[in-house]
Amino acid sequence: MNSWTVSFVVWGALLLLLAASTATAVLVAGPMAHAFSLACALAMAALIVTWFMGLRTADGLLRVFALAAVFWLALLIALTLADFLTR
Amino acid sequence: MSDAEPAEQFDDLDQQKHANLMGMWLFLATELLLFGGLFASFGVFRIMHPETFGEAASHLSVSLGVANTVILFTSGLTTKLADEAVEAGRRGLGLALLLGTIALGLAFLVIKGFEWHHEYEIGLMPVLGLPFEYPGADPRNARLFFNFYYAMTGLHAAHMLIGLGLLSIIALLLYRWRDPPKIARQVRISGLYWAFVDVIWVFVFTFLYLLRSG
Repeated sequence: MNSWTVSFVVWGALLLLLAASTATAVLVAGPMAHAFSLACALAMAALIVTWFMGLRTADGLLRVFALAAVFWLALLIALTLADFLTR
Repeated sequence: MSDAEPAEQFDDLDQQKHANLMGMWLFLATELLLFGGLFASFGVFRIMHPETFGEAASHLSVSLGVANTVILFTSGLTTKLADEAVEAGRRGLGLALLLGTIALGLAFLVIKGFEWHHEYEIGLMPVLGLPFEYPGADPRNARLFFNFYYAMTGLHAAHMLIGLGLLSIIALLLYRWRDPPKIARQVRISGLYWAFVDVIWVFVFTFLYLLRSG
């Protein structure tokens, strides 16, 4: 598959994930629907970062930079929520 | 294209390209932490007031949010294709795709503006001392939700404006086509910024519009 085709496939996958996430949120609601919507958001972000932002073909150092950013964000969110989720 | 020279601090064009990309990714990491603080605090209040935040979210227009998400995904696609077109030396196609991205970005802001105006009209804009006429059970904490809503969508829209300014300058450089390898690098790094704004919107949309109660 050439690069243009892959880009269109990724775009289509993003739209499908968006449709699934939104339909679940509107029709189901509740904690399970929230978890599903958040999982879809992570999948959409991963698709954009790996393909549209080219991380899939980037060299090792760039990947480390990107992962470090996500790691710090995960620390920030996990440590903050650890307090409120365990009260 | 092969006779282009790197800037004097670089050994070759490849090294310069890597340095450009690295700089942009590092900047985006700081941006992620800026938005991350907002998302983390939203998460805390979402956990503290699940019913109120869930109900407040159902006052937002999911259809307009979805329309804007589709627009941004499509602009992500046109940016990626513009990048590849410019890399292949296809100036006209690259320019058309970049202008398409700018048009989509403007459409996003118009829809967002329309949405904000509607919320202003029904009294759901508790900013700058405007009245807040929330019809639900817990207006005090719903006000918090809407404060987050305007802070997050406002900060995102500010990034969209910066991105549109950036892409407009790149479009002008692309139109002039004076130094193709340099333009290809500029399109790549500004495309990274635009895609990042896309990623942020995915989470803004999911957190604010989709975590709703029935």
